[in-house]
Amino acid sequence: MLSFLSRRLFVAFCVCLTVSGLSFALMFLAGDPAIAIAGSGGRAEDAEAIRIAYGFNRPLLVQYFDWITSALRGDLGQSIYFNIPVTEIIASRIGVTLTLGCVAFVVALAIAVPLGIAAALGPNGWIDRIALMIAVSGQAIPSFWLGLMAIVVFGVWYGWVPISGAETWQGYILPVIVLSYYAVPELMRITRSGMIDVLSTDYVRAARAKGLPMHLVVSRHALRNAILPLVSLSAVQLGQLLSGSIVIESVFALNGLGRLAWESLLRSDLPVVQAIILILALLYVVLTTLADILNAGLDPRLRGGA
Amino acid sequence: MAERTSPARRPRALRRLCRNSGVLIGGGLLALIVLIALFAPLLAPHDPLAQDLTRRLLPPFWQERSVPEHLLGTDHLGRDYLSRLIYGARVSLGVGAGVILVSGSIGITLGLVAGYFGGWIDMVISFIITARLSLPIVLVALAAVALGGASLTTLVTVLGLLLWDRFAVVTRAAAQSLRHREFILGLRALGAGKARILFLEILPNMQATILVVLSLEVANVILLEAALSFLGLGVRPPTPSWGLMISEGRDNILFDPWLIALPGSALCLLVLAVNLLGDGLRDVTGPVQR
Repeated sequence: MLSFLSRRLFVAFCVCLTVSGLSFALMFLAGDPAIAIAGSGGRAEDAEAIRIAYGFNRPLLVQYFDWITSALRGDLGQSIYFNIPVTEIIASRIGVTLTLGCVAFVVALAIAVPLGIAAALGPNGWIDRIALMIAVSGQAIPSFWLGLMAIVVFGVWYGWVPISGAETWQGYILPVIVLSYYAVPELMRITRSGMIDVLSTDYVRAARAKGLPMHLVVSRHALRNAILPLVSLSAVQLGQLLSGSIVIESVFALNGLGRLAWESLLRSDLPVVQAIILILALLYVVLTTLADILNAGLDPRLRGGA
Repeated sequence: MAERTSPARRPRALRRLCRNSGVLIGGGLLALIVLIALFAPLLAPHDPLAQDLTRRLLPPFWQERSVPEHLLGTDHLGRDYLSRLIYGARVSLGVGAGVILVSGSIGITLGLVAGYFGGWIDMVISFIITARLSLPIVLVALAAVALGGASLTTLVTVLGLLLWDRFAVVTRAAAQSLRHREFILGLRALGAGKARILFLEILPNMQATILVVLSLEVANVILLEAALSFLGLGVRPPTPSWGLMISEGRDNILFDPWLIALPGSALCLLVLAVNLLGDGLRDVTGPVQR
């Protein structure tokens, strides 16, 4: 277990390093950031002054090292637009995104897992068919469009929920539903296929043969083994919900990280964008690493492999 | 068995394809949309870019006040909505095909090389895949398009360079299972070159798998293009893209919700068609268990 842990953590560390390098490099992909800050009409002297003030004239590797070491100390630089520390802006916005993502994830799990199990218990039955229909249609509907249509129907026509903002908890209802709708299909599919695999094993047949009722077979024997792929996918999905909420946040005018990233992009506030990409990527790495460790804890066979 | 030669197997595969309702419905719908996109200039009643500010926001045919020459109404600049919808199919399909061409080549090559050679090459490529998966895709694509300047070429390049992961993962697994098969070992014994084995022997043997990933990825790309265009960092106006049309209709959403309902439905229909086709192909070509 210890060697598995250290190997897994080493890979996670390397991924973090690469991802931080990539999000740092993004700033230099478009060319000279000094000119971007000075604006298209800026004079050459201004750009030169900015270059020196921000340290863009130093070698790239030095700049990266500087950026990453201060990031480790919790300093992600200054916002060019607001001229206050990036961490301050992000701290004021990250709550909305985390709330939205986590609630949507729990809702998605609460729908997908029972539905997947029910579908697996009767393959090709009516529950299975309805579940499959939900999955296929869910993957075809663009989330931002579903959000807009939900605003029209439930916010404008019926007036059940506020149409934008998150001053009250009701403001979260539609975004959470729309965001979780997007995550349900894959979670359900993997629960269903995992359950079907497990239900056809000998030990499940033995448990049935000794007269154990089906709900006990499912909860005591089958679920524990069917849950492994679900754990891995859950980490991926939660990561995607957090980073994918950018579209939903802009549709529902929620002041979360995604909307901040989008606004910052439109006003070329690159340090903020960089920091958000870094944070979301790190969150993803942490989540998938935790899922791997959790799976290794659940199933000793996984500890051997790479 | 009599069906060992490949010509004898083909008709059977074809018949199985035709029996699958997903392949039939999805394939038919997709073919229809492709035809509409191809013959857009013949089908569209108006120039999709022609503005007429005296005829702004005309409603579609099922509402009062509609005009017969604008069957699906006009947008906020008086452009014919039906024509824009028809030309929008070109953008969605074009971006889908372009991105898949780039991402497919990258992903398949990486996956083949990693799966066939194994060892440290596999470790490096697997690491690249892991690193790529941890990037928040919408945000990175948005940033890259914003920095590179929003245009169709930038969009296709950026998405192509980002979305190769599923191709790589699937091809890698398939190559791993193929590399120890006798016919590959035999070819190696005969002294066949590595490139020949990879691209002329292993690749054709995973056609079916790749076809399934391809269709699922096309759907993914079409949705991403729409989302990026919706956020204003994808296809640039006045090009008619369905995502862009939804974003343009957003200001009039209270009084004319059909402005977003129509392009959204078109988008759903296209993605549904591609998904049905992909799922059907997976059922037909994959192992028997469902």
